[in-house]
Amino acid sequence: MAARRAARTGLNGLFAVYKPPGVASIRVRDTVETLLLKELNSLEQPAVQQQVRFLPTTVEGNAGKELTLTVTQLPVLAAHPLVRGPEFTHLKIGAGHRLDTKSSGVFVLGVGHGNKLLTDMYNAHLTRAYTVRGLFGKATDDFSDTGRLIEKTTFDHVTRDKLERILAVIQGTNHKALLMYSNIDLKTQEAYELAVEGLIRPMEKTPPLITAIRCLQFAPPEFQLEIQCLHETQQYLRKIVHEIGLELKSTCVCTQVRRIRDGFFTLDNALLRTHWNLQNIRNSIQDSKSKVKVGLQRSLSCQARSGKRHTDMDQVAESKLHSTEGMSASDLTHKMR
Amino acid sequence: MAFWARQISIWCSSVKTSNVANSIQQLRRTRRMWMQLHELSVLSLLCTDNQFFQRGLKTYQSVSLGSRLQSTNSSNGQIVSSENNLLSPVNHYQQQAEVMPSSDTETLYEVWEDTPPSSALEEISEEEAVQIVAEPPLPLGSFTLRDYVDRSETLSKLVLLGVDLSKVEKRPHAGQLLLRLDFEKDVRKRLLFLKDVGVEDHQLGPFLTQNPYILAVDMEALETRVAYLKSKKFGKEAVAQMVSRAPFLLSFSVERLDNRLGFFQKELGLSVQKTRDLVVRLPRLLTGSLEPIKENWQMCQVELGFRRNEIQQIVTKIPKILTANKRKLTETFDYLHNVMGIPHHILTNFPQVFNSKLLRVKERHMFLTFLGRAQYDPAQPSYISLDKLVSMPDEVFCTEVAKASVKDFEKFLKTL
Repeated sequence: MAARRAARTGLNGLFAVYKPPGVASIRVRDTVETLLLKELNSLEQPAVQQQVRFLPTTVEGNAGKELTLTVTQLPVLAAHPLVRGPEFTHLKIGAGHRLDTKSSGVFVLGVGHGNKLLTDMYNAHLTRAYTVRGLFGKATDDFSDTGRLIEKTTFDHVTRDKLERILAVIQGTNHKALLMYSNIDLKTQEAYELAVEGLIRPMEKTPPLITAIRCLQFAPPEFQLEIQCLHETQQYLRKIVHEIGLELKSTCVCTQVRRIRDGFFTLDNALLRTHWNLQNIRNSIQDSKSKVKVGLQRSLSCQARSGKRHTDMDQVAESKLHSTEGMSASDLTHKMR
Repeated sequence: MAFWARQISIWCSSVKTSNVANSIQQLRRTRRMWMQLHELSVLSLLCTDNQFFQRGLKTYQSVSLGSRLQSTNSSNGQIVSSENNLLSPVNHYQQQAEVMPSSDTETLYEVWEDTPPSSALEEISEEEAVQIVAEPPLPLGSFTLRDYVDRSETLSKLVLLGVDLSKVEKRPHAGQLLLRLDFEKDVRKRLLFLKDVGVEDHQLGPFLTQNPYILAVDMEALETRVAYLKSKKFGKEAVAQMVSRAPFLLSFSVERLDNRLGFFQKELGLSVQKTRDLVVRLPRLLTGSLEPIKENWQMCQVELGFRRNEIQQIVTKIPKILTANKRKLTETFDYLHNVMGIPHHILTNFPQVFNSKLLRVKERHMFLTFLGRAQYDPAQPSYISLDKLVSMPDEVFCTEVAKASVKDFEKFLKTL
């Protein structure tokens, strides 16, 4: 009993798994829950509770047979595991920012008390990083390579240079939108301080914004981009790839969308399917505890400082922040000057 | 009131006289006492093992109020206590207790009893004192068997045998059935019969968990069905295996079993011996519905494009294909044939690939393509057979087939 309770108490916090492509994220969450429950229920069972009972028996007495009560200790069958059922039937596991079925990558899950931290992470409005692979020459109806084909074009005229020019335009427009949605007057001291710390981004719900985009590989017809964005959906990223194709006077479909970072959980923290067991998840929760605490706290303090943003003081306990966000923010401050 | 006072004195003789007097005092005041009375009156009737006939008891037993048992509103959850094993008419007393308060006890006494009950201060013998059992009353209806398992001989013995009551009580009407059974009369005969057929001791628990209804089947019917199977030339071990792996088999009538066996022989076009082997390997085929099997068969021929003899070969090796999920089967076949480029005859030789998960096949194939070792044609060098692709665990696959380390495989998986 002690081992089981101890095992259950260790399961409170956030951890990241690597979602494989082709599986719905809800199924991933359910699979993790089933595996954890199976392990918890298979830990050692305590001995069945005993009960003292007085049973009437016949014993040889002075005057022939007589009835007396004998004391026996019998197991209480109502507490037997075969009668009672398994001890753990449900675990509270919540999912962070979802990934759709075709995409893959880092998927944050919260277990037990960690579900509250999931809300905090959502309110901290952290950015996420994706690698997106595209293919020139085709256009489909859902912007991915498994959709219905609409158009085929040539792409010999496309060079890396042209692609980078388009990406710069995209980044510029998105950056302007970012500043606009952040509701900050750039001429104030407060804005400068926030920018120095690398935190200028909108703190409420906005349309998808791309904070940084660059080309990793270019080997026509294939290419790979890295995109850092806020409030996005994977279908939006596929649409961006399609629009890049259109801007280049060709067409393009998206073959792979993979999330490499969600807030402060990166690929290294994400657990593969083969490692989804109790021990690994507990270790992962333990490792990410300090990061989460520091980051969310930073985000809360910044949100509290700027009066224009609406924050719920009760909610956010700790928040880890974007040491990696510094990349986009330094671009920002550079462009501001 | 005097009437009740006498009853109390008889049935809690262990209580001292002063306490009895106090309780009699309280009786006159509160209604709650009726419930206590009810409890006390019921106590003596709860012991199943001993014959507990006291003078007071006789009077009650002579009266039959006709409300023996509540109607069996046995839906999924409700389990109403049965009369035989557990309680004498409990509701009888409950109704009494509700009706009693206002009526005149003297008149009742005249109506119900022939012999006058003994005095409150009468001493009873040691033997009678020992026979008093003071346990709380059983609930009249419950959603779980937990409340009855300690007092019921049948249920306790089933638990010790290994039957998972928490699963059985979820089945419709199963809990009610088990409560009504008597271990000596019903259960023991059928357990011995199953042992004769060849079910092992440790298998009896899981067997009854899956099919508790077999304890209600007629013994002659069971024997006829086993005789029928033996007449179809299934050996003793074969019958034992079939019965233990498909617990519902013996709940089916002889006509139904005959129908099923005939279907497999005609539809699949297999010889008699092969049908027998097929059914022994997967006895579930006989207990499930035939529609999905027909559809799977059609699908294999039309959609997947296998020839009749190829399907027969596959089914003899992997009978599970007949009951597999159609959508998953089509997706797996689509990936194997169109993406991996494996022709039909190789798939016929290695039907185990249809058993495994598509994701696994995909990941391993992509890893091999990445390494440049994805060669599934036996004629070419460095050929990798399909069973090695799917049946091995990850470490063995990485070291032997892919000739890479497990870490590389994991890194690759994170790039997918």
